[in-house]
Amino acid sequence: MSDEAPLTKAAKTSILNNPTFRSVTFQVLMGAAVIAFFGYIANNTLHNMAQRGISTGFGFLDQKAGFGILMSLIEYDADHSYGRTFFVGLLNTLLVSFLGIVVATILGFVIGIARLSRNWLIARLATAYVEIFRNIPLLLQILFWYFAVLSALPSPRQSLSFLGIGYLNVRGLYLPAPVPEPGFLAVEIALLFGVVATVAVTIWAHRRQDRTGQQFPVFYTALALVVGLPSLVFAASGFPVSWDMPVLQGFNFRGGLPLIPELVALVLSLSIYTAAFIAEIVRAGILAVSHGQTEASRALGLRPGLTLQLVVIPQAMRVIIPPLTSQYLNLTKNSSLATAVGYPDLVAVWSGTTLNQTGQAVEIILMTMAVYLTISLLISMLMNWYNRRKALVER
Amino acid sequence: MTDQADEQVSNGPIIQIEEMHKWYGQFHVLRDINLVVKRGERFVICGPSGSGKSTLIRCINRLEEHQQGRIVVDGTELTNDLKNIEIIRREVGMVFQHFNLFPHLTILDNLTLAPIWVRKMPKSEAVEVAMGYLERVKIPEQASKYPGQLSGGQQQRVAIARALCMNPKIMLFDEPTSALDPEMIKEVLDVMIELAQEGMTMLCVTHEMGFAKTVANEVIFMDEGQIVEKAEPETFFNHPKSERTKQFLSQILSH
Amino acid sequence: MAADRFEPHPELAPPAMTIGVVGWLRQNLFSSVASSVLTLLALYLLYLVIPPLIQWAIVNANWFGANRDDCTGGGACWVFIAKRLHQFIYGFYPEAERWRVNLTFGLLVVLMVPLFIRAFPKKVWLGVFLLFGYPVLAFFLLYGGFGLERIATDQWGGLMLTLVLSAVGMVASLPLGILLALGRRSSMPIVRTFCVAFIELWRGVPLITVLFMSSVMLPLFLPEGVTLDKLLRALIGITLFESAYMAEVVRGGLQAIPGGQYEAAKALGLSFWKSMSLIVMPQALKLVIPGIVNTFIALFKDTTLVIIIGLFDLLGAVEAAIKDPNWLGYAIEGYVFAALVFWVFCYGMSRYSQALERQLSTGHTR
Repeated sequence: MSDEAPLTKAAKTSILNNPTFRSVTFQVLMGAAVIAFFGYIANNTLHNMAQRGISTGFGFLDQKAGFGILMSLIEYDADHSYGRTFFVGLLNTLLVSFLGIVVATILGFVIGIARLSRNWLIARLATAYVEIFRNIPLLLQILFWYFAVLSALPSPRQSLSFLGIGYLNVRGLYLPAPVPEPGFLAVEIALLFGVVATVAVTIWAHRRQDRTGQQFPVFYTALALVVGLPSLVFAASGFPVSWDMPVLQGFNFRGGLPLIPELVALVLSLSIYTAAFIAEIVRAGILAVSHGQTEASRALGLRPGLTLQLVVIPQAMRVIIPPLTSQYLNLTKNSSLATAVGYPDLVAVWSGTTLNQTGQAVEIILMTMAVYLTISLLISMLMNWYNRRKALVER
Repeated sequence: MTDQADEQVSNGPIIQIEEMHKWYGQFHVLRDINLVVKRGERFVICGPSGSGKSTLIRCINRLEEHQQGRIVVDGTELTNDLKNIEIIRREVGMVFQHFNLFPHLTILDNLTLAPIWVRKMPKSEAVEVAMGYLERVKIPEQASKYPGQLSGGQQQRVAIARALCMNPKIMLFDEPTSALDPEMIKEVLDVMIELAQEGMTMLCVTHEMGFAKTVANEVIFMDEGQIVEKAEPETFFNHPKSERTKQFLSQILSH
Repeated sequence: MAADRFEPHPELAPPAMTIGVVGWLRQNLFSSVASSVLTLLALYLLYLVIPPLIQWAIVNANWFGANRDDCTGGGACWVFIAKRLHQFIYGFYPEAERWRVNLTFGLLVVLMVPLFIRAFPKKVWLGVFLLFGYPVLAFFLLYGGFGLERIATDQWGGLMLTLVLSAVGMVASLPLGILLALGRRSSMPIVRTFCVAFIELWRGVPLITVLFMSSVMLPLFLPEGVTLDKLLRALIGITLFESAYMAEVVRGGLQAIPGGQYEAAKALGLSFWKSMSLIVMPQALKLVIPGIVNTFIALFKDTTLVIIIGLFDLLGAVEAAIKDPNWLGYAIEGYVFAALVFWVFCYGMSRYSQALERQLSTGHTR
């Protein structure tokens, strides 16, 4: 390879020094090694499982599970199959992730904006929140809420009562459940109408502004249509909803909408923890919009509200959304810590109870991983598509 | 300098600044500023960096707040009243050193944003106005591009057009050519000179002394937060009174 | 009008309302009605939280004693923590041998200090020793051998185990992460595909499933008769998981190195490995130190998950102590103590990483 080598030598160069040859050989060897490694593992596994009398394959999915699950969104009891426990767990994972994401987003945005507040005290409090909660392990926070706070709540008989409507006790949070009565259909129709009308008004207002320049208070109109109108219909038709109130019977509450303490603790800690990270993302996103942008907008005479709506938010959201999505993914993955407090999520029900009963570790762990992997890859693909679409055009 | 432009100078004052002081914390950045700008007048403000010249013009549309004294723009005094500030900002266009175009909007959308949302102009009319100004700054063909796709000189011309779309009575320029490569300075200055010849009231913070000689009615030299010298360009460049001004001029004109 | 003859204007103090305590309050707490309302609300919130907290944690707390009967103040029972402190730090490590743990971590601190001193010469060699030499030394000190009594890993626990898990996870995942990052940027399709698949697989699943995998699946993978220590299995899982995150951090650094550096290295006639190890990596690694520290913080917090597979790290030791029938009812004290320890470590490291980032970003402006 030396620069001073005479030209004639080039022809005689050993094939070992040819970069293409090297690269192909290396890759072939590596491929072979990987295949051999997996073959070896598979062989060992099959042998070990045969030795221990563990069956293989997915036949167990149809077998009767024989255990109950604390909470299920679909009909389930011990007579259902293992296959169904998988879906019960999956739905519970999705439920807790969804609730966590909603709460964490709201909390995170509020705190992120508060960190940038011109009010010194508010900014300091928000900073303290972020620094405290993101530096304490999530599992510790989950255990704290579940074992230290919620377990210390009074028994059902001494429940903390919220105006006699909701009750919080050691068994969970009991809220009234709405039960629609016949006239409720009218309210639903009003709501549907409100939504459709809002879309129509938005389009109309946009067109009219283009045509005449007049602005229309779209936000307040939408509020009136989506919230006001159904409420009005609701009141006019004589409040056609009855509330299934939780009632203390014997040692516990019956009826209503019970939220088990495991779910409450999990949603609370997941959202408090993730909100600290979201707050940092929101803050960074807003700071990424240079001060010059706000100044230019204000100098053009745009009100602070319009400056936010037209200049700051569109730019900040481009910076915020990709890391925000990865926080959502983190939250979903972290929801697997449910197993520490016994909330029946996918990992607890599937990789826990089902695995212990069937012993089919390989199938079960791989299925669990596949679920999370699928969610992650789907979201990443969505993100890549978004980034390509929204990337700022540069020279 | 055209005669037509000089005629308009004879109108009444549009900006009045009286005994204005400003502090950043303990630091006294602007000290006892007194200044009257009449309709159609063109002022060039120069001075060493940190002399408060940018701060001064940023006080005029209240991007900076002053703590003492009065600033009256087009008959409205600048106070904490948000409505007044908005009224004044509508009439005062500003061009920044770093252009500050909105990177997420096309050039055309950059220009029509304020006319649509502040002047409540129909979109078609706003587009028409915007295209008119883009033609004046000689880049109508860039209308559908994004700021990131333009050169610095083109971006600054768009920024000028964007300010003009609001049909302002006063234009403020905050070092409009300092961030540009040398070969692009001329294209921006040409637009500014043209604007001056049409009689626009202009306050420019700039070190382009050639520009000052061609268009300015008055040149102001600032140092340490004060107006050190204020004179017509001829007097200012040839017979500066203060030692400090002479020193500054010798530094800036020597190369 | 400006004077014809220039007279410097004296520097004046700003109006009284804008400076001093009054000015500061007006500007930062009461700048508008909304701001004032928020300030008052926040003060009320603090009033609700802080005084009871101080009452509980300090004023009414009991610090000294032998058992729960000494906790009479109605506040926090720190006696519980004091009594169990050894277990929280060392787990079940035999009392007589605890000096080995102290020595191991004391040595680590002593060796780390020079890294923070800017002027210290030969920092690189010290770093290399910390990464490769020290772990071997630490292993023999903690585990035994060479005349030291053997302490089985099921006796390890508490803060010591937390530190071992995170330190080993970090040191082992770094080289693996570097290889994966290089592989992901390689021009060889099979290598690249393999590395991408590996990285995305581990990044796509929760650590807990990885730990489950290493605790239940790993034993099945091994030939008959070979068994792995529980701690070792957890370490393998953590290392694989962490190396994927490390790879992404390192890749970020590699991407930040300008193409000219690669070309210059090639032009000097350096081979791939030489140009990587001599030119590119030193620059890239320096850039990614803050990223590595952040990954380490995440790992440090994540090590708590090992309690789910039955290891007793700091949190596990606290959990066990809380469930001790002699000390029931002091869960809050236990969790607060564990949270405080974790917080001090994580906050300290995150401040360090932020300082590094600032230092690096000033180095790169211009």
